Amino acid sequence: MSTFDIAGSALSAQSLRLNLTASNLANMHNVSGDSSDVYRARHAVFRAASEPFSNVLAGVEVLGVIESTAPPTERYDPGNPQANADGMVYASSVNAMEEMANMISASRSYQSSLEIINTAKDLMLRTLSLGQG
Amino acid sequence: MDSILGVHETALLYRARRMEVLAANLANADTPHYQARDIEFASMLDGAMAGVKLASTQTGHIELAPGAARDTLKYRIPHQPAQDGNTVEADLELARYAENAVAYQASLLFASSKITQLRTALMGVRG
Repeated sequence: MSTFDIAGSALSAQSLRLNLTASNLANMHNVSGDSSDVYRARHAVFRAASEPFSNVLAGVEVLGVIESTAPPTERYDPGNPQANADGMVYASSVNAMEEMANMISASRSYQSSLEIINTAKDLMLRTLSLGQG
Repeated sequence: MDSILGVHETALLYRARRMEVLAANLANADTPHYQARDIEFASMLDGAMAGVKLASTQTGHIELAPGAARDTLKYRIPHQPAQDGNTVEADLELARYAENAVAYQASLLFASSKITQLRTALMGVRG
């Protein structure tokens, strides 16, 4: 695998992570009358795309997206149109702090991968012009 | 070393390979249980200088690329391993990547001046 493939896989994985964070933050205040129906925070699971202990280099791949198992917060809000017969609503358990930290980490990783691609591109272009002039 | 570019050809191969290794480390900076790896310049260069070669007993045998025999990855010993078992230290990896890129450019410059030198020898100093 070339530097471009490896850094490219990181870009795609980190942008998925950013998308999930955006989705989590956008749905943070969702409520539902049914506790099984409420929005749950989603997180990506990363894995190195190679066999462990092998000499083959690999980028990162997304194993899947998992939904948080944290229980939704129960709240008494009879005026809410979503409220159930008992006047209860269930709010999603997205943790804003956790999501913000996740977002910063993802954007930093994205930046460093981008920097790697730019440097590699620059070097490859110079190599292509080797011996000219 | 029978190449006109001398040791710089091997050095460029090593630097390009190391660029991939460091890119893989940084790509997996957030992967649980990923162990950062690197290759040693000295071991790879020694291999190339000593002319490590596979015996070719048949005419069809293809010669091994320089440095390929010693291209073994080693695991890094982290200063601060993460809770999830990840040993990539992104800042250090980026610094190494930058250093490696500069060294690549240096080798490229040497190779390039070698070519200029040969061209001058062939054509003489003209305009």
